[in-house]
Amino acid sequence: MIATMEKPHITVNDLTMAYGDFVIQHDLNFTIDRGDVFIIMGGSGCGKSTLLKHLIGLQRPVKGDVFYNQRNFWQASQKEQAKVMRRFGVLYQSGALFSSLTLAENIALPLGEFTRLSRSEIADIISYKLALVGLAGFQDYYPSEISGGMQKRAGLARAMALDPEILFFDEPSAGLDPVSARLLDDLIIKLKDTLGTTIVVVTHELASIFAIGTNSVFLDSDTKTMLATGNPKKLLAESKDFKIIQFLTRGEGNVNNEA
Amino acid sequence: MNVTAANRQDFSTDVHLERIDADTLVIRLAGSWAQGAIIKPVEEVIRELDELSGLRRVFLQTSQLEKWDSRLPAYLLKIIDYYQAKDVEVDLSGLPEGVQGLLKLARAVPERAGDRRTVKKTSALYEFGKTVLDGLQDAKGLITFIGEAVLAFWALLQGKARFRTVDLVLCIQEAGAEALPIVTLISLLVGLILAFVGAVQLAMFGAQIYIADLVSLGTVREMGALMTAVIMSGRTGAAYAAQLGTMNVNSEIDALKTMGISPMQFLVMPRMLALALMLPLLCLYADFMGILGGALVTISVFDVSLIQYAHEARRIVHVDDFSIGLFKSLVFAVLIATAGCMRGMQCGRSASAVGNAATSAVVNSIVYIVVADSLITLICNELNI
Repeated sequence: MIATMEKPHITVNDLTMAYGDFVIQHDLNFTIDRGDVFIIMGGSGCGKSTLLKHLIGLQRPVKGDVFYNQRNFWQASQKEQAKVMRRFGVLYQSGALFSSLTLAENIALPLGEFTRLSRSEIADIISYKLALVGLAGFQDYYPSEISGGMQKRAGLARAMALDPEILFFDEPSAGLDPVSARLLDDLIIKLKDTLGTTIVVVTHELASIFAIGTNSVFLDSDTKTMLATGNPKKLLAESKDFKIIQFLTRGEGNVNNEA
Repeated sequence: MNVTAANRQDFSTDVHLERIDADTLVIRLAGSWAQGAIIKPVEEVIRELDELSGLRRVFLQTSQLEKWDSRLPAYLLKIIDYYQAKDVEVDLSGLPEGVQGLLKLARAVPERAGDRRTVKKTSALYEFGKTVLDGLQDAKGLITFIGEAVLAFWALLQGKARFRTVDLVLCIQEAGAEALPIVTLISLLVGLILAFVGAVQLAMFGAQIYIADLVSLGTVREMGALMTAVIMSGRTGAAYAAQLGTMNVNSEIDALKTMGISPMQFLVMPRMLALALMLPLLCLYADFMGILGGALVTISVFDVSLIQYAHEARRIVHVDDFSIGLFKSLVFAVLIATAGCMRGMQCGRSASAVGNAATSAVVNSIVYIVVADSLITLICNELNI
């Protein structure tokens, strides 16, 4: 099923993002390896979610390239792009469930479109995925009938429906209570360990960043570019950059110049 | 030395300026600064401060301060900013601790240069140019949308289009059966009006029987299609724009795209198909309702029997006339669905954007309908159909 097993899964090359004339971030370069939990972090409004949009193929970069398995995504034909995107699972900030469909129908949609499973097999997968996110038995609820946190978890169940190679999360723990947020982190680690899923997370939740992150990129809104990339724990221990240390310590730390 | 003092009679608060020596000033604040307080405008104080030159240090102090709310820090912030710009040191230690803390917090993250948006004054020429450019952008969006819709329709013809049959059935129900009551009412009344308008003239020649001709031809060729189209653009076109717009706000359309499902096929096609199937049917129904409305007037007011009316109507209306009306309504259906779905898909990400999308969907579709109707009528006239 997986065509190539080379290590770099996603490569971002000289990426510049802009809305019209307004540059959000410029000259981003980083690599996401297969099986990474990659964190996109930075202060509010620095363009984290916009970067995610560029990675999942919703917004075309002004300059630069994004490679999946060494294949240039934005140079590929629309058919090939669709093929690559089919291997994504995306959890949107608001859940983005289809409001006219029940949770079961939401999860069934990609399964029905892209697999040849029978009705009962699909129903089994739905109840399994809902159980994974702690929503067993909620098949016939409409998104408007459940809480925001539950919508988010249902969105995750839908994102995982096709066992994607790459899962993208936009602020997964925002709006979740601490225990649910922790459970979500555990789920992310399990997905990575058991299925080898590559995971890309936009977040500024420090606890999550250190608990799950194996690699990261730090975006800065003043200089409008990335300041560092690497394991967040390592960044905390070794970075000389004031902004990064401030961010990773909730503004309490200072740069250790003797190290 | 007392330089100036606020007029105590007018204000419930007191701002007292006291110059201690050549380069030091003390600003003393007293009284109640809570809601309802009448405060000397800060601009007036700053004007007074303008007259004092050569200052190096300013002490802000409060004595006998009773109550205060956000007005006090906001007031002080203005004074502090004023002196900051002049490089004069401002000492806050004479203020209550709470005020000091809030002022410190307010000044912790300084304004970044270029962050503040200034409203630029624009000339009429600029506005005109912008309108033209926006119009061009709009036209480009329309052409892109039509292109995508044609591709989606092509996929549908090849049997490759992906949408749920349930959605199509629901759309058909909404655009068809549920519109019957309003279509009945409006077309019946339009038939009635046509009959009355014509009857007054025709009765002068004793030619009441020709009311049937007027009403039937007018309804079948023109009014039936036009009225149903206008009703449906307000009913269904606006609904399409609002539905798709809300889905856009909720990132549902993004979710479809990243799932590899084309929103054009999945959301737009069922709606377009439903309207294209239902509008001609509604139009046919409206035609008969219009003729019936005319009959009601003619029979009850102008002394023509139902048989005579029906006979006259059958004599004058041909299948060609029905075909023209139905063809028009098919064209209108495509136009309404295009305007509605396009505005919905292009909708911005806020509540007001959804409202704007619904409004412009209706406005656009009515304009499209009338323009298309004139063109078709002109062509029919040229071809003598």
